[in-house]
Amino acid sequence: MIQTVLTIGLGHYLALSGLLFVIGALGVVLNRRNVIILLMAIELMLLSVNINLVAFSHFLGDLSGQVFAMLVLTVAAAESAIGLAIMVVAFRKRGSLALDDFAQMKG
Amino acid sequence: MIAGLLFYMFALVLLASAVGVVTIRRPVPAVLLLILCFFNAAGLFLLLGAEFLAFILLIVYVGAVAVLFLFVVMMLDVRGQDDLRERSRRYLPVGLGMGGVLLVQMLIVALLWQEPSSPVAQAAPEQVSNTVALGRVLYTDFIYPFQLAGVILLVAMVGAISLTLRKPRKIKKQKATEQILRRREDVIEIRKIKTGEGAL
Repeated sequence: MIQTVLTIGLGHYLALSGLLFVIGALGVVLNRRNVIILLMAIELMLLSVNINLVAFSHFLGDLSGQVFAMLVLTVAAAESAIGLAIMVVAFRKRGSLALDDFAQMKG
Repeated sequence: MIAGLLFYMFALVLLASAVGVVTIRRPVPAVLLLILCFFNAAGLFLLLGAEFLAFILLIVYVGAVAVLFLFVVMMLDVRGQDDLRERSRRYLPVGLGMGGVLLVQMLIVALLWQEPSSPVAQAAPEQVSNTVALGRVLYTDFIYPFQLAGVILLVAMVGAISLTLRKPRKIKKQKATEQILRRREDVIEIRKIKTGEGAL
């Protein structure tokens, strides 16, 4: 019994990354406080994607998963840099970071 | 055995700190929890034998991105707002519905998935470390995606700098064409003034 619980397979990692992705997505939707938390929730979602890719790469014996995880890391870093820059500009213009203040184009 | 215990530890701390990141009110503890998240994810990568990615995660994320977040948070001096509970309650049904749909979709995919027969890139041979194997694949089979990633980083750098760069208020610039086109008779007028009548 304990042996079966402690043998970690692909399913464990998939469940973990699925849960992490859902947490990040919920963070994006539920959060109306400020843009910083939103960006961090997006980082969490990208991290779960990375865990997924690396787990598949390990269990299938295929290195391309790790290469793709690296590319995802690159894009995530670029995204957070641009996002933070936009945030700084928006804060200078509006003086707040609450998401409800940025609803001008909502219609 | 030990690896299983380690997996559960890393996974539990990772999930708990992820929940903390999205629920906590103040930004600075949220960033610190995000750093904890990345540390645990690096531990998971080590368990999976992806050493290079684990250290890249630590260096790039904990070293650069999280510190960037911290800098911005501290620079901007964001105050939390008061009516948060009411607002998040308003968005709760939408969020829970979306999360539920995502979870169901992932369960369906997980149940229907079948293992492919042959790997695309060769796995690492036993005598070569993970970093060496990754480098061999990255600079041969994946050279174009690798270069493209560099271009993406360049574009991001240019974009971030041009967004946040503030120009000086009064910029004084030389306009060469106007200077060349300026003629003496356009701007200078010579008047003859008689002696004793100069002051108006």
